[in-house]
Amino acid sequence: MGAFNTISFLPEHCDGCNACMTACATAKTGAPDVINSRIQIVADGGSFELAMCRQCGDPKCVANCPAAALAKNDADGVIDWDGTKCVNCLLCTVGCAYGGIVHNVAAGHVVKCDTCGGDPICVKACDRGALKYLTTANIYNEVGDLEDLFVPGLAGCQGCNTELIMRHTMRRIGPDTVLATPPGCIPGMGSVGYNGLTGTKVPVFHPLLTNTASMLTGVKRHYKRQGREVNAVALAGDGGASDVGFQSLSGAAERGEQILFICVDNEGYMNTGMQRSSCTPFGAWTSTTPVGERGTGKTQDAKNMPLLMVMHNCEYVATASTAFMEDLYDKLDKAIAASKRGFAYLHIYSPCTTGWRFPSQENIEVARKAVEANFVMLWESNPRDGLQLTRGVEQPLSIAEYLKALGKYRHLSEEQVGHIQATVEKNVSFIKGLAEGRHPSMAQVMAGQA
Amino acid sequence: MQETQYLIVGASHAALSALQAIRMQDAEGSVTVVTRDDALPYSPTVLPYVVSGRSAPERVALKDGAWFEKNKVGFIRGAAVTAVDATAKRAKLSSGEEIAYGKLLLATGAAPLLPPIPGLKDVKFHVLRTLDDAVGLHAALPQTKQAVVLGAGLVGMHAAENLAKAGAQVTVVEMQPRVLAGYFDAEASAIIEAAFAAKGVKLMLGAKVSRCNTAGKTVRVTTDGGATLDADLLLVAAGVAPVTDYLAGSGVDIDRGILVDDSMRTSVDGIWAAGDVAQAKGFYDGAKTLNGILPEAVEQGKIAGMAMAGDPTVKPYPGGVPLNTYTFFGQQAVSVGSQNEGEVVRKEADAKRYLKIVMQGNCLTGIFGINVAFDPGVMWEIILRRIDLGSVREAFIADPQKTARGIMSRTWR
Repeated sequence: MGAFNTISFLPEHCDGCNACMTACATAKTGAPDVINSRIQIVADGGSFELAMCRQCGDPKCVANCPAAALAKNDADGVIDWDGTKCVNCLLCTVGCAYGGIVHNVAAGHVVKCDTCGGDPICVKACDRGALKYLTTANIYNEVGDLEDLFVPGLAGCQGCNTELIMRHTMRRIGPDTVLATPPGCIPGMGSVGYNGLTGTKVPVFHPLLTNTASMLTGVKRHYKRQGREVNAVALAGDGGASDVGFQSLSGAAERGEQILFICVDNEGYMNTGMQRSSCTPFGAWTSTTPVGERGTGKTQDAKNMPLLMVMHNCEYVATASTAFMEDLYDKLDKAIAASKRGFAYLHIYSPCTTGWRFPSQENIEVARKAVEANFVMLWESNPRDGLQLTRGVEQPLSIAEYLKALGKYRHLSEEQVGHIQATVEKNVSFIKGLAEGRHPSMAQVMAGQA
Repeated sequence: MQETQYLIVGASHAALSALQAIRMQDAEGSVTVVTRDDALPYSPTVLPYVVSGRSAPERVALKDGAWFEKNKVGFIRGAAVTAVDATAKRAKLSSGEEIAYGKLLLATGAAPLLPPIPGLKDVKFHVLRTLDDAVGLHAALPQTKQAVVLGAGLVGMHAAENLAKAGAQVTVVEMQPRVLAGYFDAEASAIIEAAFAAKGVKLMLGAKVSRCNTAGKTVRVTTDGGATLDADLLLVAAGVAPVTDYLAGSGVDIDRGILVDDSMRTSVDGIWAAGDVAQAKGFYDGAKTLNGILPEAVEQGKIAGMAMAGDPTVKPYPGGVPLNTYTFFGQQAVSVGSQNEGEVVRKEADAKRYLKIVMQGNCLTGIFGINVAFDPGVMWEIILRRIDLGSVREAFIADPQKTARGIMSRTWR
């Protein structure tokens, strides 16, 4: 038994239209009377709340049933109700703290959500985006069965997002891989190993910061000549990709080498003591952009590295975040496939608890806020379809909400926050322009005239 | 001698809930369940439905042999524990066999209480606590023309309904002035009483039985008011008492039930107790009390199991809240919380519908309904969390179900 699909409710998107309840009641009883809906949306002040079966992992309705009429189904995780055993005692409704199983007068017994056999009609009826039938958990089940290609006990910082990225991506890419890890946190935490032993279960090498993509090119071509199909993969930091490693990366991309280059962007040289890189955002504290009497953090904006890669006409370029794993896996699959045809570049945002100064348990939350505030954007691009947003950018979280989560922005003046806000807006407008095919507007936006 | 890391005595809700909590934390440690019933685990609560025929006795098992096997649990049925040696950590079974345990859970439940009525011991009567009792009663239904039920608690009322539906002329004799006095007030009980009266069930409330004797083929019940009732079926449903006789000399402290602390630990190291047998803290006043209801057995069993297995996430028992659900002739009665803690902020009753809300300050302490929709589990949680309803007080009183669902979704979604 593992994790199961669930119906997820996003109250911020719900406007109380009741389409879900009407659809459910109709499907279950043949009439649209919402009182018979297994999903109940409740108006609560100005917002909407939800009462329905959560298909609990340790269900108290089941424990409270004296007649063995309720049971958690090991195959799909749904709590099944057996009408031939139910005695109508209602003790399940005492056990449920979610209003998920209730006596229904019309039916004459308790009723509950059965997820419509894995195809919930309420979710299909919701055109506001407030209900989702999440498959995320299945991704973890699936990936959990794949082999972790790094050894246990890597020496990452507590709460390291990069370790999560390394392990997840390599599980998916699989063992037929030669891995390059240029200087940075990834080899630093032990993936290239110590004393002649590697920290990976695939061939791994440690190029210079400057030559990752060119060494990988050579390795890939050598295997091709031998007639062996292997994945040539780089797991590099933003410094190794966007600064000193950029020349070889740009060259390999331009030549269309069949490589998957993954940039793990933690906005600086975190392994060597938190120096700034060209991916460090404006205003951020780093050890080389200190804050003091005169220093106010970084005074330049970050380079938009993934967009630069789009301009190389790569087979596939995408951005991703560990707060949105479903999206990350989807892009990883496309990137692996694209790397068989040409150059694939995946840019994964990776908040750094040590270098960004936030509590180690907050990592995924920070990653989520960065995306929700449009500080970073999730999109993908290929030469045929152009750039597509993979997550909406409307109704963003306020930038201040994101910045205040991070110690590295603690010193920011109002003016600096204003600059960051403007940069984010410009970036959103620019990427949206690309996504909507408004290429002619690009020049204007870049010139600040939009 | 058999040895086991965890020994669980009893096999109903508290025992099974503890078992699951143990397995959640300790997948391998040896577990043995011993029960005096020679049956797969079942719930006493389902028995009225076995009597009525709604539940087939072979379909009421809460777990089967495959489940015990899958969870690596030894299941010994038809064997009562007759003595516990807490120093040597051994339990003696009715078979004479001994089991050495590391940790022991006492979940032996309760047994029917027999009132001291002169002559009762000498007449034929039924009780309803075991599956065998239920099967026996079910078999007796077709021949029953005149039935007398002693006690108007949940067991007695369920049985009275089933007997009436089977065509018997039923009389219920109850000492209290109303039915289900533990859960409902006079107005609510009146609705229930009216439903029974409408179906021809005779309720003798505030009446005491002074003697029983056999009169030919029937049992004659005489009340202290001088009335005589002839019955070809007598059911004694005058409440239950915890089963603790096997603990004599064990050192386990017993008042009315086995005294336990907030992690269901008894006075003896290495021994826990849960369910109907346990006397645990009450939620409102903290005094240790018997609260023999199914949902509390599940809660207590879970806490005991977690504590026994050393689960670090175990939380102290919040205290027992009286609660129950009762369906009668197709109507639904629900009782959550205390009638007496705080003030009644809403009460309305007519022939078919009843709602009462009790609050202390801005905290809910009790909510009671007949044929009124609200979620008892949500209300229970609101009581346990002592949620301040100050900002939604009027809305809650006006529409408790909707307002409580909003609170739930916001607070513990």
